[in-house]
Amino acid sequence: MHDRLHGAFPPAPIAGCEPVRRGFARIGFVALTLAIVLFAVFPFYYAMVTSLKTGTALFRVDYLPRALDWDNYRAIFRDQPFGTNILNSAIVAAAVVIASLGLSLTAAYALARKAFQGRGLLLMTILGVSMFPQVAVLSGMFELVRGLGLYNRLGGLMLSYLILTLPFTVWVLTTFTRKLPVELEEAAVLDGAGPLTIVFRIFLPPLAPAAVSTGLLAFVAAWNEFLFALTFTLTDDQRTVPVAIALMSGASEFELPWGQIMAASVAVTLPIVALVLSFQGRIVAGLTAGAVKG
Amino acid sequence: MAGEGARVAWWLLAPTLIVLALVAGWPLTRTIWFSLTDAHLADLARARFVGLENYLARDDGGWFGVIADPLWWRAVRNTFVFAFVSVSLETLLGLVIALMLQARFPGRALVRAAVLIPWAIPTIVSAQIWGWMLHDQFGLINDLLLRVDLIDQPLAWTADPGLSMGAVIVADVWKTTPFMALLSLAALQLVPGECLDAARVDGAGAWRTFRYVTLPLILPALGVAVIFRSLDALRIFDLIYVLTPGSEDTMSMSVFARQQLVDFQDVGYGSAASSLLFFFIAACTIGFMVLSRLRPLQGVNR
Repeated sequence: MHDRLHGAFPPAPIAGCEPVRRGFARIGFVALTLAIVLFAVFPFYYAMVTSLKTGTALFRVDYLPRALDWDNYRAIFRDQPFGTNILNSAIVAAAVVIASLGLSLTAAYALARKAFQGRGLLLMTILGVSMFPQVAVLSGMFELVRGLGLYNRLGGLMLSYLILTLPFTVWVLTTFTRKLPVELEEAAVLDGAGPLTIVFRIFLPPLAPAAVSTGLLAFVAAWNEFLFALTFTLTDDQRTVPVAIALMSGASEFELPWGQIMAASVAVTLPIVALVLSFQGRIVAGLTAGAVKG
Repeated sequence: MAGEGARVAWWLLAPTLIVLALVAGWPLTRTIWFSLTDAHLADLARARFVGLENYLARDDGGWFGVIADPLWWRAVRNTFVFAFVSVSLETLLGLVIALMLQARFPGRALVRAAVLIPWAIPTIVSAQIWGWMLHDQFGLINDLLLRVDLIDQPLAWTADPGLSMGAVIVADVWKTTPFMALLSLAALQLVPGECLDAARVDGAGAWRTFRYVTLPLILPALGVAVIFRSLDALRIFDLIYVLTPGSEDTMSMSVFARQQLVDFQDVGYGSAASSLLFFFIAACTIGFMVLSRLRPLQGVNR
């Protein structure tokens, strides 16, 4: 009986069971997706909920915000030099990005377009520098920063951060420069353009999108840096945001101002999240071209 | 003509090379030099050469130096446990997320953006957020576990020797999985559709297609991502420093080195530890480069 049915309508039993299996698979997929999204988003959401609570409310776990109390946000700008810290981070990160991009544009042109002895070794060395454990240069860098009179100054951070950003920007921009058509350069050479003209007038415009994403990644790296900032600054007013958040303390040593820490965390993270989300396509391109830093 | 091109190339490279020599070459050389001295943070100029004493020395019948320091080996073990477990978890989870993001479904762009958020959050911030969620008295994790009766009293996640490494790993996996997911997704998108179609025509199910077609094709790219992440994990500092300050149960090699250098002001000893970490990572890096025959920008200028 069954066999005859099968024979007559071969797809029938399969067609009868497929939707059920597909249905389960779909429910499983949706559940997995929701779980992953919840895991990714929830901690930051919880930081936001916490940042809007003060006093004893902090010590009660709430999964939904009960009231919007902006006191913590006012407090970090009033009681702590958090505005100064944000400004410090912005100045340092911007300076590091400009210096790194400026230097690496010409370097990338030479590495991508000129044939010379030792180029492969040089590229390997530059990639190798980006693998340095930061702590390996810490004592030497400390001496250098102090020797140049840059201890507890933003200049010390700008200088030391170049070791984090420069190898990365050179590497990524070299990859992107290689992709530019050779004709672009040949036409410029025929017109008598020198190397610097080629780099800044001919190559820079088509490289601009790549330079923006590379610069953004370098900015994020400088904005988030902790070890050098912790070691090379001493006073509150020279600190960058990560150090300020890590060392934030309450009125007494027994009080940890979790509400303020969370408010500061949200305040510095929102702009970065917004930047990353609006540039996400390009960031992926930059990361896969560089695949250097996490 | 080729000589002319080479000269121009060196001129264009000069500023970058000078800066790299100043901020990377010179400090590294000084660190290695300090590791051979009895330098003290308060007065670096008075450093006196002591040979390999900071690494290993015999005195009064006992062994001294970083290599004889049980705490250093503790830090080495911690670092390896951390790197191995978290990179494995991140790779696995990252791959699952990448496979999910590759499917077409409504709201995919939104999901991709959501998944990226932890990566955009500064490490210090994620350390503080997890520190707060894992708080022994007022933390959300304890509250959740108490509610579902998995535990009957709050746990000290960041202080308990048996739990603190787990806490560090969870926070790290949360923060860096998006990076692995992005790189895995990029690799997946390079898998030619014909291969997948061919597997489907041959009647292979989803798992077999993944196991025998997709995985072998993305393995090289995945391997590179794993190597970069591992080298990154081996130098971990920020997360551990903030989430479990001063704890020997989670102290990494970088945390150990900085503690000697800055907190104990013993630049010689701390530099010896830093140098050991550097030589170890350098050996790994060179090993990986040789093994993977990673030839950068091969065929430039044809």
